[in-house]
Amino acid sequence: MGKGTIKVVADRCKSCGYCIKFCPKGVLAIGKNVNAKGYEYVEPVNMDDCIACAICGRICPDGAIEVYKN
Amino acid sequence: MELIYSRTKTIQEDKVSGFCPGCMHSTVIKLIGEVIEELDVVDKSVLITGIGCCGLHMDYIAYDTITAPHGRACAVATGMKKASPDSLIFTYQGDGDFASIGLAESVSAANRGGNFTVIFINNGIYGMTGGQMAPTTLLGMKASTAPKGRIAEEHGYPMHMSEILDKLTAPAYIERTSCNNPQNVMKTKKAITKAFKNQLEGKGFSMVEIVTSCPTNWGLDPMKSLEFIEEKMLPEYPLGVIRDTIG
Ligand SMILES: Cc1ncc(C[n+]2csc(CCOP(=O)(O)OP(=O)(O)O)c2C)c(N)n1
Ligand code: SF4
Ligand code: SF4
Ligand code: SF4
Ligand SMILES: [Mg+2]
Repeated sequence: MGKGTIKVVADRCKSCGYCIKFCPKGVLAIGKNVNAKGYEYVEPVNMDDCIACAICGRICPDGAIEVYKN
Repeated sequence: MELIYSRTKTIQEDKVSGFCPGCMHSTVIKLIGEVIEELDVVDKSVLITGIGCCGLHMDYIAYDTITAPHGRACAVATGMKKASPDSLIFTYQGDGDFASIGLAESVSAANRGGNFTVIFINNGIYGMTGGQMAPTTLLGMKASTAPKGRIAEEHGYPMHMSEILDKLTAPAYIERTSCNNPQNVMKTKKAITKAFKNQLEGKGFSMVEIVTSCPTNWGLDPMKSLEFIEEKMLPEYPLGVIRDTIG
């Protein structure tokens, strides 16, 4: 297990991609599943590299990401 | 596991924002919520929204809000602050609202140095109504009312509201920020904190102008709109503290 864990509140995500662009560790990617509004929401693909910096949470306009320190 | 970041409780738990993907109206309202939680003033906060996409906050936030007639938010804030001096009163206005239809009310309130705060959202366009030209639209930038792009001879030049208000004597604090990267998001939060503290300490009129995006009416996807902010908006609207009489 890495230093951090993130949880995506799927229904809030609008697939803008900001969190993916700014995550320093390449933890996030647009997933294949679709939420209630029809957006392909973000999913962690590389959670072990997460450093719990919370950049993804802060940049997300819609508050879709919760960040935990392990 | 220890939770270190989650969406502010000042947004209704079950709600998803009504803004388009990547729209930074959403980012700013989240930051405002974080600041009033940290300052422990949620119960005495009143957001006075203008007309435009800012109105989408109405059914989204979990504290008091008033919708002003188009452009008149600063006049409503002036009255509201007199009626309830202990409340934290802030307007939240787009560029069409604050700098176009509301220009007289906005400048007059700043000139009186009213002890309230303006959060001014500069996305260079009328978002809600479909992309008409705003006073802040860049030269050459296309709008539904300027299909060939803004031309100075016909439409005038982009208006720099922060610099214009800085010519007045009364304002206490004016800063321009953006939300186009994590550093600027944090600077915006810091500026909002300072502006709200000024009001709580009775220091007078403060404004934070935030350069944001309207991916939908700019005709760009959210990622391209980040580039547009960096390459086009920020050279015209440079970031930084424009006025600080408090220090
Ligand atoms: C008196 C009046 N005139 C015109 C309108 C139509 N109208 C609604 S929102 C808007 C412009 C909003 O633009 P802006 O303030 O930049 O907000 P944005 O949606 O870009 O955030 C206009 C002209 C109105 N509602 N009331
Ligand atoms: S907390 Fe930091 S490292 Fe972890 S996913 Fe978010 S941005 Fe990436
Ligand atoms: S920043 Fe937020 S809305 Fe945008 S893709 Fe990431 S989680 Fe989804
Ligand atoms: S129209 Fe523009 S300003 Fe309005 S919600 Fe969509 S992106 Fe944001
Ligand atoms: Mg606008």
